Amino acid sequence: MSTLYPLSSLSAGQTATVQALHVDSSFLFRLNALGFRIGKTLELIRKGPFDGPLHIKLGNTEVMLRQQDAAKIEVLV
Amino acid sequence: MKRIALIGMPNAGKSTLFNRMSGASAKVANWPGVTVDLLSAKLLIAGKMAELVDLPGIYDLHGFSDDEQVVRHFLSNNTIDLVLIVANATQVDRQLTLALQLKALGLPAVLLLNMADEAKQQGITIDTQKLGDELGYPTALLSAKYGQGYVGAYKLIETELQTSEALPAPSLEKDFAVDQAVEEKLENIIRHSVDVPVQAGHSTTEKIDKVMLHSWLGLPLFFSVMFLMFQAVYTLGGPLQDAVAWTLEGFRDLALAPLLSGLPPLLNSFLLEGVFDGVATVASFVPVIILFFLFMAIIEDSGYLSRAAFLMDALMTKMGLDGRSFVMLLMGFGCNVPALMGTRTMRSRGLRLLTMMVIPFSLCSARLQVFVFMTTALFAPSQAPLVLFSLYMMTFVTVIITSLLFKGQFNSQEPFALELPPYRFPTTRQMVLRGWHEIRHFLRRATKFITIGVVLVWILTHMPFGVEPASAASWSGWIGEFMSPVLSPAGINPELTVALIFGFVAKEIVIGALAVIYGLEGSSLMQGIAQQIDWVQAYSFMLFTLIYTPCLATVATLRAEAKSGWYTALSLAWPMTLAWSISTGFYQAARFLGY
Repeated sequence: MSTLYPLSSLSAGQTATVQALHVDSSFLFRLNALGFRIGKTLELIRKGPFDGPLHIKLGNTEVMLRQQDAAKIEVLV
Repeated sequence: MKRIALIGMPNAGKSTLFNRMSGASAKVANWPGVTVDLLSAKLLIAGKMAELVDLPGIYDLHGFSDDEQVVRHFLSNNTIDLVLIVANATQVDRQLTLALQLKALGLPAVLLLNMADEAKQQGITIDTQKLGDELGYPTALLSAKYGQGYVGAYKLIETELQTSEALPAPSLEKDFAVDQAVEEKLENIIRHSVDVPVQAGHSTTEKIDKVMLHSWLGLPLFFSVMFLMFQAVYTLGGPLQDAVAWTLEGFRDLALAPLLSGLPPLLNSFLLEGVFDGVATVASFVPVIILFFLFMAIIEDSGYLSRAAFLMDALMTKMGLDGRSFVMLLMGFGCNVPALMGTRTMRSRGLRLLTMMVIPFSLCSARLQVFVFMTTALFAPSQAPLVLFSLYMMTFVTVIITSLLFKGQFNSQEPFALELPPYRFPTTRQMVLRGWHEIRHFLRRATKFITIGVVLVWILTHMPFGVEPASAASWSGWIGEFMSPVLSPAGINPELTVALIFGFVAKEIVIGALAVIYGLEGSSLMQGIAQQIDWVQAYSFMLFTLIYTPCLATVATLRAEAKSGWYTALSLAWPMTLAWSISTGFYQAARFLGY
């Protein structure tokens, strides 16, 4: 079962590994600096109220990311 | 003189280290190639004077945000003897990139792994010797907040500074090949020298977040926290303010008045009722402001503000703003100026301009003084905190109206990711430093704007010679009469009008001006005002004060940051229109309803 999913489709508590980042280079810099690198494991902690942003944990870093942006990150569950 | 630059990612504790190294001696200054002011301090290191410059927190030397450009421009326009790279030891796996990028540029540097206390708590061990060797930079582990390891780190800085030589500024062209190499090297170094245990159990932060970020409890909790904070400021600050006012009043009656009694009446009135009453009334609010900033410091340092961004992002998006805009609004509750500067992390110009358009509606600490004063004068102690809270809510109402109206002009779809740092509590030292900083800030404003402001108000109320002070025959009376067709529909009388005119410079002047206009001080001033206007007029006046214009410093910052005359004109004209409409609407409606 090695299908790729957009990060935004995970549900709270699920872990996955980053496979691809389909974002422009300026945002890629920021994501890299925050720890989103290919092969890294992350955990979706929760989703914000009113269809809000995702709360993601990568190693020791916790980050909020909007659903529309998270949709551009492909992960392997 | 040698020059040292502090570089680090946001939330790495850079400012904490800067404060520890500089004590309380920092000042802002201009730098070549950089359009913004940077904090710097002069230090005596190893017997020589050195200058320590605090650069904005950045994620990447090659990034595209304004802050990242500031750092790039600074590095390429100034010679630097030593860079202090501050990294969070618990996140060394990703924060090391900055050090590797600087290494690739060949800059002399020391790596300071900060937050040693948290790393220890989480069982993270770092072989600093090995890490430093592989990286090629001397490395030290410390806690800038609590001081462990600081002495050792300081010695390391001393040694490096003595031997390091300033290099000509490097070229900072974007180089993806370098970044690729950096990434590979990073993995290797971390594998060899850092040991992170597999997460055991749930951390305190996770537990707190379960409640604070709860999908339907989170927002009500947030607003309760805010309400409690304002309630606390009001309840604790009130008696303190009374005490200071009482002391100053005593000083005036027992020492100053007898001392000045020999002077000619006009000069006596100028010094006593002009300068002293004006400045003393403003000064009596310093405790309230310090208290407010202590609470702000706790909330800011705790990491709760980024949680507020998380909770509010979806709602703010509907207004064309985002979670970061919301955080800047909250920062604006302290002072609008740094909040405006905080928008530099936004890359989309539309989003930035829209955020800067709404920040001036944020009820800043200077306006808080006016409102504490007016609510104490005209409302019962049990109502006052609620009145105050309603004004804070008015900030959000005006933000919603403004952003919905202008979001079409300032469009943006900027992707962003925001860090949610673990919850932390500031040390007493940090809070004392913050309080001291606010006193200094106030004294600087007091000597500049407030004194000049109250002197001008005294002149307007006492000229031409011989008139009854602040009467219809005085200059201030003329101005008040002249403006009255515009402001009387909002219930704002000529005396308050004059105060509002000076409030454009700084809001503190408003209460100083009222003291001078009414020729009263402290509690008698409050009684005097309460006799002349009722609560409906007072609330209308407060609404107007909140909305009509930020202070001169904010307008100047707005202009400097937006670099557009047209935009500055709009951000002056729109709040004025909105203030008049809301105040008049409120006043007329209240009167119509029989209040």
